Amino acid sequence: MKPLEDYLIVDFSQFLSGPSASLKLADMGARVIKIEKPGTGDICRHLYTSNVILNGESSVFHAINRNKESFAADIKSENDKKLIWELVKKADVVMHNFRPGVMERLGFDYASVKAVNPSVVYGEISGYGNEGPWKDKPGQDLLLQSLSGLTWLSGNAGGPTPMGLSIIDMLAGNHLAQGILACLLRKTISGEGALVQVSMLESALDFQFEAITTYYYDGKLPERSERNNAHAYLGAPYGIYQTADGFMALAMGSIPQLGTLLSCDALLAYTDVAQAFHQRDEIKAILAVHLQTNTTQHWLQILQAADIWCAEVMNWDTLMQHDGFKVLDMIQEVQMNDGFKYRTTRSPIRMDNALFTSAKGSPKLGQDNDKIITELSK
Amino acid sequence: MMKPLEGLLVLEFSQFMAAPTAGLRLADLGARVIKIERPVKGEAGRQIAIRNIFVDGSSLVFHTINRNKESYAADLKDPEDLERIKKLIRQADVITHNFRPGVMEKIGLDYEAVKAINPRVVYGVVTGYGNKGPWVLRPGQDLLIQSLSGLAYLSDTNDAGPVPFGLATADMICGAHFVQGILAALIKRAKTNKGVLVEVSLLESTLDLQFEVITTYLNDGGKLPQRSSVKGNGHPYLSAPYGIYQTKDNYLSLAMGDLHKIGEAIGVNLSGYTEKTSWFDSRDEIMTQLTEQIKHKTTAEWLEILESAGIWCSEVLTYEQSLRHEGVNVLGMQQQVTLPDGGSLSTTRCPIRINGERLYSDVAAPRPGAQTESINHQFDLA
Repeated sequence: MKPLEDYLIVDFSQFLSGPSASLKLADMGARVIKIEKPGTGDICRHLYTSNVILNGESSVFHAINRNKESFAADIKSENDKKLIWELVKKADVVMHNFRPGVMERLGFDYASVKAVNPSVVYGEISGYGNEGPWKDKPGQDLLLQSLSGLTWLSGNAGGPTPMGLSIIDMLAGNHLAQGILACLLRKTISGEGALVQVSMLESALDFQFEAITTYYYDGKLPERSERNNAHAYLGAPYGIYQTADGFMALAMGSIPQLGTLLSCDALLAYTDVAQAFHQRDEIKAILAVHLQTNTTQHWLQILQAADIWCAEVMNWDTLMQHDGFKVLDMIQEVQMNDGFKYRTTRSPIRMDNALFTSAKGSPKLGQDNDKIITELSK
Repeated sequence: MMKPLEGLLVLEFSQFMAAPTAGLRLADLGARVIKIERPVKGEAGRQIAIRNIFVDGSSLVFHTINRNKESYAADLKDPEDLERIKKLIRQADVITHNFRPGVMEKIGLDYEAVKAINPRVVYGVVTGYGNKGPWVLRPGQDLLIQSLSGLAYLSDTNDAGPVPFGLATADMICGAHFVQGILAALIKRAKTNKGVLVEVSLLESTLDLQFEVITTYLNDGGKLPQRSSVKGNGHPYLSAPYGIYQTKDNYLSLAMGDLHKIGEAIGVNLSGYTEKTSWFDSRDEIMTQLTEQIKHKTTAEWLEILESAGIWCSEVLTYEQSLRHEGVNVLGMQQQVTLPDGGSLSTTRCPIRINGERLYSDVAAPRPGAQTESINHQFDLA
């Protein structure tokens, strides 16, 4: 039995943040019904990445919205609105990621939903919260990275370097799922509903809580190393280095110890622990030259035998051929109603030694209308 | 306000980052979280510092992750201490650990053993790489996980080589999944009245973080991500202009949008790129043209032009600018915790709001064993 098996989630959200949260809940057993605009649907259906179109829609839409149903309904039509209200009345969770004020205009805001469904858990994601000078700005991942200070942590010293995926969307989605689950748990005990609110900006700040707490403490901005940077606040050797045949990550080790293990005499001079941070650029430069003189496997064998934290750097080709990946069973095949099959990842959570897998692919726009309307008329 | 997890007792045997960040989230949502730590020294994370900053004997990082928790000192190899811990487990709702496979079995607190003591326990485990396979005994460390998972090939330019995300991303995302697993398990327990085993790993979580782009890779014939060669590009799979550009005085972020409209607003003729597919295929060329033009005006000038045209853009802020900005201040994200010596420390709060309220707590991280006596007394352990 999956933990959320008898829960109904009515999901008005689009793009990534909200829908990634409902995917997590769907994989743990909830029934998720996407409410989509007739004709166009979730805008993500046509937000392509690298021009990849799968079965007529974007690959990322298929990744985010598998294991869900689609109910095409026009929120502005009275007739459709009635049907949505019927669904909302039965829902355990209602969620959306419209900009502040939009749901109030559409009529499905928390106060209105709560009036007909007092124990509902109502989740919403905004870009920047519901007040302040940024509240009407687009809640878009790169903008959030840029406004929250995140772009000064990755890459080598110099200009800003964004993290190359929609990290803030993902975090906000995870935080919303957490809040919804916490309130669903309380609902099992007290029957109480709740409003759960997350913003991408608060999620972006939470993600950086270590660095921001450090900034509050010493008032100093993060300083990335000139080369081989992996963390602005950590000393050498922390970083990724080129070897004779690839790249390797090196995450710890006292500098003289590394000098001995790697037969790199130039490192033996850095005997003071503080030097690993203050002189990290020159230490990293020495390591970078030295590690290119032999293969990744050569270095890893020496370092792993000495319990030094290190690893090869893989791309998805090499990773997916490795037994360390295969044993995880992380890839699943799903099938859409029209028979189209595609491969994607599964839920990252395991429970009672079982994986949360699901063979249900993403829904075609409105594919579940008939079934849902029949259910509602019963 | 009653917080949603009030009444829940969590015992945290976990150390370092991933699992303790989950404990922090549960604590902020109202659970009582007791860290079980070895006497005197406490968990190893107390000694792991960034910029060598220590507060009240433990690293500032430890304080950031472990505020709003209690500490109970126990030597799990000492039979008397272990008996006390078992008594405490009888009354717990959740226990978490992130030991490598085999360690809890040796101590006698593996899931089967704990379930025998407390049949309703939710038992949460964080590993680096899952519980079988060739990597299980490898250290579950953030940079190593990033490096193995392919994550290092998404940021910066194609000729930069692998570039990691510059903070403990694998730990953070895994901790976030751990919270969800634990809470869902508690919901399951409410129905079945039986214990539940919850497992997450840093590697699976970091793959999940990449689920959009991995799904694209799995269905586009296995093409590896191609980052743009233009510095500041924001995403290997997105079309021009997605990225950060240098201006006359600073930087400017440009998100996705109608390229023709963007070109027009910026003053670059991009009308030749008629097909939307060319916005991706020719992005280096397009972004180079934009780079040339954007450097001639200040960020403020560009924002005025672009925002009034409805183009998605923003300035690029440092902590100094961001954390003082009214847009951040209005969130009330900063909070103070009170240290045992009466001093205080500024940190961030929980990012989730419940019923319109922000969740604050002024309880600082505990000293090792700070609550041992009171817990012995309260739970009748001694």
